[in-house]
Amino acid sequence: MKAMSKMVPYPSNSIVPERDIDKRPILETHHLGIDFGGLTALDDLSLTVGRTEIAGLIGPNGAGKTTVFNLLTNVYQPTRGDIMLDGKSTAKKNSAQVCRMGIARTFQNIRLFSNMSVLDNVKVGLHNSIKQNLFSSLTHGFGYRNSEKKSRERALELLDFFNMTDMAEAEAGSLPYGAQRRLEIVRALATNPGIILLDEPAAGMNPSETSELMDNIKKIRDTFNIAVLLIEHDMNLVMNICEGICVLDHGKVIAKGTPDEIKSNPVVIEAYLGKKKEAN
Amino acid sequence: MNKIKSLNKSTLTNIKSYGLVVLAFIILFPMQNMGLINHSISGLLVPICAYVVMAISLNLTVGFLGELSLGHAEFMSVGAFSSVVVSICLQEAIPSGPLRLLVAIAAGGICAGLAGFIIGIPVLRLRGDYLAIVTLAFGEIIKNIINCLYIGVDGSGLHFSMKDIASLGLTNGKIILNGPQGAVGITKLSTFTAGIILIIFALFVVLNFVNSKSGRAVTAIRDNRIAAESLGISVTRYKLTAFIISAALAGMAGALFAMNFSTIAAKKFDFNTSILVLVFVVLGGMGNIPGTIIATALLYTLPELLRFLNDYRMLIYAIVLIIVMLLRNSERAKQIINRMICTFKFNKSGGKGDEGNV
Repeated sequence: MKAMSKMVPYPSNSIVPERDIDKRPILETHHLGIDFGGLTALDDLSLTVGRTEIAGLIGPNGAGKTTVFNLLTNVYQPTRGDIMLDGKSTAKKNSAQVCRMGIARTFQNIRLFSNMSVLDNVKVGLHNSIKQNLFSSLTHGFGYRNSEKKSRERALELLDFFNMTDMAEAEAGSLPYGAQRRLEIVRALATNPGIILLDEPAAGMNPSETSELMDNIKKIRDTFNIAVLLIEHDMNLVMNICEGICVLDHGKVIAKGTPDEIKSNPVVIEAYLGKKKEAN
Repeated sequence: MNKIKSLNKSTLTNIKSYGLVVLAFIILFPMQNMGLINHSISGLLVPICAYVVMAISLNLTVGFLGELSLGHAEFMSVGAFSSVVVSICLQEAIPSGPLRLLVAIAAGGICAGLAGFIIGIPVLRLRGDYLAIVTLAFGEIIKNIINCLYIGVDGSGLHFSMKDIASLGLTNGKIILNGPQGAVGITKLSTFTAGIILIIFALFVVLNFVNSKSGRAVTAIRDNRIAAESLGISVTRYKLTAFIISAALAGMAGALFAMNFSTIAAKKFDFNTSILVLVFVVLGGMGNIPGTIIATALLYTLPELLRFLNDYRMLIYAIVLIIVMLLRNSERAKQIINRMICTFKFNKSGGKGDEGNV
C-alpha cells in the first residue's frame, strides 16, 4: 500500500505544491460532494493537505466549510467522491474509526464533556492509547493503576503544553471561554492524530488571545509534526499562519493558493473580501 | 489542601457509599439478631437490599449512561426466575445454603445480562429514547411469558411447557414454575448479610467501572455523543457494556429478592416496580450513588412506617415523593439546605477536613 502511494505522482490540486513536495500527503479528497435532499451543500472539492502543513479553509457564512469537516470525520457520508487519509480510503467508516485512523477535530460550538474534570476530558481523548481491559476496569487491579498513572502523566504533559496544568482538576464547563477552546484542542491532540481539524478556533477570542492561539497552532505543528486544517473568519490569523488556503463559496471551491495569491485573487475579492470593501 | 481535596473527589464518593452500607449493617445486624426491630420492618431488610442493588444498577443506566430504561424490573424478573430454577435443580448437588445462593445469584446475573445483551444490540445503536420504549415492551413480554410458563424437574432433567402442569409429563418430579402462580417451593436462602454483601459487590462493580477508562467513555458519551465519537470511542460498544453490567446487577438483585420468599409470581416485577426503582434513582440523584442508597432505603420503608395511617398511607407517600421532588429541584430550597449544612460544619469546625482524611 505504501509503495503504491509513493508511485502516484503528487496530485496537482495541492494547495501549496512547493511545500512537502517529496512527501505523501496526509489528507486528500477527490471530487468530494454531498447533497441534502435537493440541496447541494458541497460539490467537487478536491484538495490535498501536506504532512506538516497548516492549511486554511475560508469562505462566507454558509459556504459549506463545516460540512467539509463533517465529511472528513465521517459525521456525514459523502454523496460523491472519496477521502484518502494517509493513503487509505475512509469510506464506510464511522467517526470513531476515522479518528483512530489519525484525524482529530474540534467543534465550532464547543463540545466539551462539561461535567467532567479538565484532566478527565483529556483522558477521554487518550482513550485508545490507554491499555486497560474491561476486567481491570471492573476490579481496579491487573494493571489498572499503572495504566491510570500513565494516562494521567500523559494528560498532564499535554495540558502543560498549553499552560493548563493548574486547572487540571477544575470542571471543564466552569472554565473561561478561551480555556475551553484550548482544552478542546488538547483533547483532540490526545488522540495522537496525523492531522487536526480546527473549526473556528479563534471565534469569540480577543486580539491578544488570538495572537497566542496563532503561536500555539504553529507550536502544535512543530512539536507534534502534524498537519493542521482550520476554518476561520479571522483574516489576520488565516493570512499569517496558513501556508495554503482554499476558498469555498456556495459549496464550490472558488480559489486555492498561498495567502498572497488569495489576497490578490479577483474572484475571492468579489465573493468574499470584496463585500467587505464595499461595506467600508 | 485544595489538591488533597480534589484528589479525593472520587475516593470520597467511594468512602461515603461503602461507609453507608457498612454502617447500616453494623447497626442493623445486631438489632435484628436481638429482635429489637419490629417484625414487619425486619422482613423488609432483604427486599431493601435487593432494591438498593436495583437502584444502583439502574443508576448506571440512567445516571451514567444517560439512557432511560422503563423496564428494569424485567431483568430483575429474569434473574429471579432463572435463579429459582437453578437453586431448586441444585438442591441435592449443593447442600450448603449460602453456596447455593451464590450460584443462584450468579446464574440470575448471567441470564439477566444475556437479556440485556439481546435488547441492547439492536436498540443501543439508535439515537433517542428507543431504549425506554423497547424495555417497556420487553418487560411486558417477559411478564406474560413467565405467566404461562410451566417448568418442572425430575430424574430425567428439566421439563418445559407453555400449556399446563399435566403436559410437563413429570414422573415423581417437582414443579418449579407453575404458570400464573409463579415459582413455588423456593427454599428461603437470602439473608440480610447476603443482601449487604451483594450491595457491596454492586458498589464495587459500579464505582470501579465509573472510575475507569470504560466509565469515562460512558460518561463522555452521555455528555456529548458527537464529541466522544470524534475522539475514537465506539459508542455502541460502551453503551452496551454499561447496559449489560446494569442488567446483570438487576438480575442478581432479582435473585436475592426471589430467594427471600417461598413463592414468587411474575406480576411482582411489573411496570410499577420499574417505575418505583426509577423514582428511587431520580430522587436519590442521577449519578449519585450514596444518594440513591439513602433514597431507596427510606422510600422503600416509608409505606411500612406509615402503616398506622391505614387508608391514608399511600396518599401521604405520594405527598412525600412530591415534596422530595420539589425540594431537590428548587434553587431556594437548595440554598436553605446549603446554608444549614454550612452552619452545621462551621459549628463542628473543620469537620470537612477530617472526613477527607478518613
